Amino acid sequence: MDSAYLLRAENISKSFPGVKALDNVQLHVEKGKVHAVMGENGAGKSTLMKILIGMHAPDAGQIIYKEQPVTFKSVHDALKAGFSMIHQELLPFPELSVAENIFMGNEPTAAIPGWINRKKRNKDAQLLVDQLGLQINVTRRMKTLSIAEMQMVEIAKALSNNAEVVIMDEPTSAISDREANVLFDIIRDLKQRGIAVIYISHKMDEILKIADTISVMRDGKYIATRPVGAISKEALISMIVGRELNTIFEKRNIVPGEVALSVKGLAGLKFKDIDFFVRGGEILGIAGLMGAGRTEIVNAIFGLEKIYSGTIAVKGKPVIIRSPGDAIRHGIGLITEDRKSTGLVLSGTVKHNITLAALKNYCKGPFIEMQKERSIADQQIQRFAIKTPSANQVVNFLSGGNQQKVVLAKVLLNDPDIIILDEPTRGIDIGAKAEIYRLMNELAAKGKAIIMISSELPEVLGMSDRILVVRNGMIRAELTGAEATQEKIMQYAMT
Amino acid sequence: MDLAKIKSSSGYLSKYGIFIAFVVICIMLSVATPYFFTTQNIIIVLRQVSINGILAIGVTFVIIAGGIDLSLGSVLALTGVVAASFAHPGTYALLVPVMLGILTGVIIGAINGLTITLGKVAPFIVTLGMMTIARGLALVWSDGRPVTNLSPAFNYIGGGDFLRIPVPILLFVLVIIVSAVILNYTRIGRYIYAVGGNENAAKASGIRVNGVKLFAYIMCSGLAGLAGIILASRITTGQPNAGIAYELDAIAAVVIGGTSLLGGRGSIAGTVIGVLIIGVINNGLDLLNVTSYYQQIIKGVIIVGAVLLDRKNAQ
Repeated sequence: MDSAYLLRAENISKSFPGVKALDNVQLHVEKGKVHAVMGENGAGKSTLMKILIGMHAPDAGQIIYKEQPVTFKSVHDALKAGFSMIHQELLPFPELSVAENIFMGNEPTAAIPGWINRKKRNKDAQLLVDQLGLQINVTRRMKTLSIAEMQMVEIAKALSNNAEVVIMDEPTSAISDREANVLFDIIRDLKQRGIAVIYISHKMDEILKIADTISVMRDGKYIATRPVGAISKEALISMIVGRELNTIFEKRNIVPGEVALSVKGLAGLKFKDIDFFVRGGEILGIAGLMGAGRTEIVNAIFGLEKIYSGTIAVKGKPVIIRSPGDAIRHGIGLITEDRKSTGLVLSGTVKHNITLAALKNYCKGPFIEMQKERSIADQQIQRFAIKTPSANQVVNFLSGGNQQKVVLAKVLLNDPDIIILDEPTRGIDIGAKAEIYRLMNELAAKGKAIIMISSELPEVLGMSDRILVVRNGMIRAELTGAEATQEKIMQYAMT
Repeated sequence: MDLAKIKSSSGYLSKYGIFIAFVVICIMLSVATPYFFTTQNIIIVLRQVSINGILAIGVTFVIIAGGIDLSLGSVLALTGVVAASFAHPGTYALLVPVMLGILTGVIIGAINGLTITLGKVAPFIVTLGMMTIARGLALVWSDGRPVTNLSPAFNYIGGGDFLRIPVPILLFVLVIIVSAVILNYTRIGRYIYAVGGNENAAKASGIRVNGVKLFAYIMCSGLAGLAGIILASRITTGQPNAGIAYELDAIAAVVIGGTSLLGGRGSIAGTVIGVLIIGVINNGLDLLNVTSYYQQIIKGVIIVGAVLLDRKNAQ
């Protein structure tokens, strides 16, 4: 029985100052199988993976690999033993070639010690890449690749290290569905080679599609392991969140009001002929593949991107928006796509981030009214249920879901009538997602006009009253919530 | 909640660690040489550090905003000779050289800021260029000669006492207070932290990022102008070759004070401690008859050591 497992992590515990990150956790992984690990953010998935690849040492418990207990003192040790990890945020060397990236730290040597056999390196690299069925010339610079291609290159690198266990941390979080399907083909190929894949993801559908076994963790504890066929989606969700989530998406019955924002013939660097409107009380979904131009469209409306032609009207009146400041003044709020790069000042406190876009309202002349600022920040923390020890906590220390709530608290402090959310639930756990959906419904019920960009189709379908499908910088279809299906949206998004 | 406690206590350490280090250094020097901790010597130290202090506070604005200014030493010389040339006895009222000196600094700061924001050139390059441009302008303006024969009123700024306290110290304290108020209690101050912390997020929050940066560079060079006036007055000469490499001492003080060169993090209080540490060490080593060669080595060790201490606490 035991010998069926390539890798067994037994009774692993790990504490960091003040938190017990892992409490007696186990994970049994079979050769040639895809083992999904699920759990909310902060459940301990990442800590467990970091222990497997030698980044952390466990306080207690042991790792048994090929029937031998092993201790990895460093990532290098784990790599040599056959453990590779594809990190969520890739760390490539952008200016080096694909081949150089694949063999970084592991270069084939030439006759003279210290010299690299370039010919052999490029040949071997090309072989690896070809084996994966990729159409990439390995002499290209890494930075010319798409994120999905870079991921594939990371997998090629794992293969070059003769990996037997490949850990993937949310590999599809930044790539399109089409690219994800290519990734899944490669994962199936890895299985064929007898490689065990540990797959971390929040996306239920893809896990049900690709995984053989699912282990669930919650609050640093091991909950259960089940074969994929033997568990329903609902049961899985309740295992993950520890409570029944009957429906994540609530039904709304709202009669849309006046047109709040309308756009005519908008064109920019990556989009053109954009015509649409959104009414108060309505949620307008914008679907499409990554890179279709969705983000650029809303950024242009918010003054972050150049507009070549076309008009924007707020409540029927044409407006000129040259900067985010103009947009905010016209009652538009944007929750940007990437909270770390454009949403938050990570080195700043929760309070300072919350009040940043509305600071003018809490000032007398040039001076900030400290008392007023503090109380409004505390109010927002309460209203959005942001879990933070205090308003003066540095935002960087919060979890992804709480960081996203800080961004929401910031943007909504200006009380905008038109709220644009660009991938509002990316990389956050189900509990926090449900809270954000509830908030969006609440805002719509108050008569706010809401535009939501999302790559997650269940989310688009569950939340939107109308759906625009964008492909190649143009709107290809407008579907009502009732007529839209995943298949229809994908059809317009892809062909 | 335990975690929060630990984090805040380590924040406490990193916040006050450098202050504790400063106190320890002072105690050690007091033991080593009794003269160190006398009113007379303390005044000497404060007067010595006031010029570097004002420069350091200026560059704190720029560094928190995510930039750097290498032109300070040259700006100090340029503003010094400009002010001195309007400060000959019986020519203009005191206000004229003072205002012209500061204005010169402000203009240089505006040029730096506009080139960086509108021209999109890296601050390091722009201010490196300005370092030699301003030096050249100082030499052209003064024809390469020291500007001497200055009025007693002008010389009072750097050499006089007010209520038995040297005027440079009073100006330094004034600059500290005004700067701390700007950074901590005003909107522009908050925006400076935001721009240095994450320029894109600041922009998406409706902040005019270019304006904020421009303000920081103008503040920095304007304060360099004030420092230039104080120095010219102190040495009763507008010296075109003054202040070479002063910017490095100023930046060193900022770094010792815990301000991140990456921007977004730092404080005036930290910079003041950094300035005092450098000043106290120079003074103490002088008193102990340590040659200036060794002083340079010790200063370097302290700069790196302070940042090392900061890193350890941050972990």
